[in-house]
Amino acid sequence: MSGCIERLYNGLIKENPTFVLMLGMCPTLATTTSAINALGMGLTTLAVLAFSNLVISILRKAIPDGVRIPAYIVIVATLVTIVQMLLQAYLPSLNKSLGIYIPLIVVNCIILGRAESYASQNPPHLSFFDGIGMGLGFTMGLTSIGIFRELLGSGTIFNFRIMPAAFEPVSIFVMAPGAFFVLAALTAVLNRLKGLPEDGVKSETTIGCGGSCSTCTDSHCLANHDKLLEEEGQV
Amino acid sequence: MKALLLVAIGAALVNNVVLSQFLGLCPFLGVSRKVGTAAGMGAAVIFVITLASALTWPVYQLLAMAHIEYLQTIVFILLIAALVQLVEMFLKKFSPALYKSLGVYLPLITTNCAVLGVAINNIGKSYNFITSVVNGVGTAVGFTLAIVIMAGIRERIEYSPIPRAFRGSPIVLVSAGLMAMAFCGFSGII
Repeated sequence: MSGCIERLYNGLIKENPTFVLMLGMCPTLATTTSAINALGMGLTTLAVLAFSNLVISILRKAIPDGVRIPAYIVIVATLVTIVQMLLQAYLPSLNKSLGIYIPLIVVNCIILGRAESYASQNPPHLSFFDGIGMGLGFTMGLTSIGIFRELLGSGTIFNFRIMPAAFEPVSIFVMAPGAFFVLAALTAVLNRLKGLPEDGVKSETTIGCGGSCSTCTDSHCLANHDKLLEEEGQV
Repeated sequence: MKALLLVAIGAALVNNVVLSQFLGLCPFLGVSRKVGTAAGMGAAVIFVITLASALTWPVYQLLAMAHIEYLQTIVFILLIAALVQLVEMFLKKFSPALYKSLGVYLPLITTNCAVLGVAINNIGKSYNFITSVVNGVGTAVGFTLAIVIMAGIRERIEYSPIPRAFRGSPIVLVSAGLMAMAFCGFSGII
């Protein structure tokens, strides 16, 4: 039991996918135009993540090593399809506002990353809680960015008016450029907290989701690191 | 003809895949250190997205005929993964020169959400075959444009005094935000 709670803590705080690992940046930027969209995207990803971890962990001894990535992709894509159909049936408005980003959960590197680095080596109950913890961490990250953008961009939070009537909404924050600026400010703060890079030190990653794929355990990413390093060596 | 041109311009400039739809951010941030590498990545993306949009359209029609449209996500992602593998093997065998210049970027593309995104968008907007391919090419050209401009900016950033906390990804994201503002200006042209 304590193992399960430790997994939740790990996903929410210690290895928070948005703030610490910086994974899954596409949905983070695209769906945080309002707090409610961000919350919806976070919870949808949570559901897929928890069940993909569970299924992959149960099947971890049955899946041959050579075809594990395609097998994971099929499992994740199946779960995404199920979730998408459920949303279409019960929450059509959320499904409409998230649109294309629901099927694109398949290529979210948090999911394959957790499958590869945790669920493929650990028992089902721990993997399930790992998925819930990571999902909650992702939901928390997305929702807090969403609250921030919605507050500045339209003066509301979860559609409740917070700012006084005199506040002129800075609508750029709900538009595409605002997403980049908010994330830039966030990563700058994180840089500050993590310790600043020294002068003249080259960043060690050649490729990354905002320079963070070094921590991404998705095996595609790992393969790409090697290939790109090799390429740079040749040039 | 005019409609096709509008689709292409819309996909490349107005609804730029990276700067307004946030698809393909990983390679956009990761492979934009040098203009040369960025252009190589762009060429590989144009190649794969064009093939993928040409391939997913007929496959979706087959799914629709069998009334199993809900399998589209699974089928598309497997199709794209297989396509990338196939293109890589084909180039290696028949065009070593092209493989040498595009090869390293190809595996990066499987997990590039822009490819899957275009395929799903084509179906969602119920484009016909020609329009799907044009939309694919337009989107990929837009990606290439964005990543090459980004690489140009980053080469200049290397020589600029950046506040310490903003070094690395934050300054790149600020530049991307400014580019996105510039691309907002295109929204009036169609």
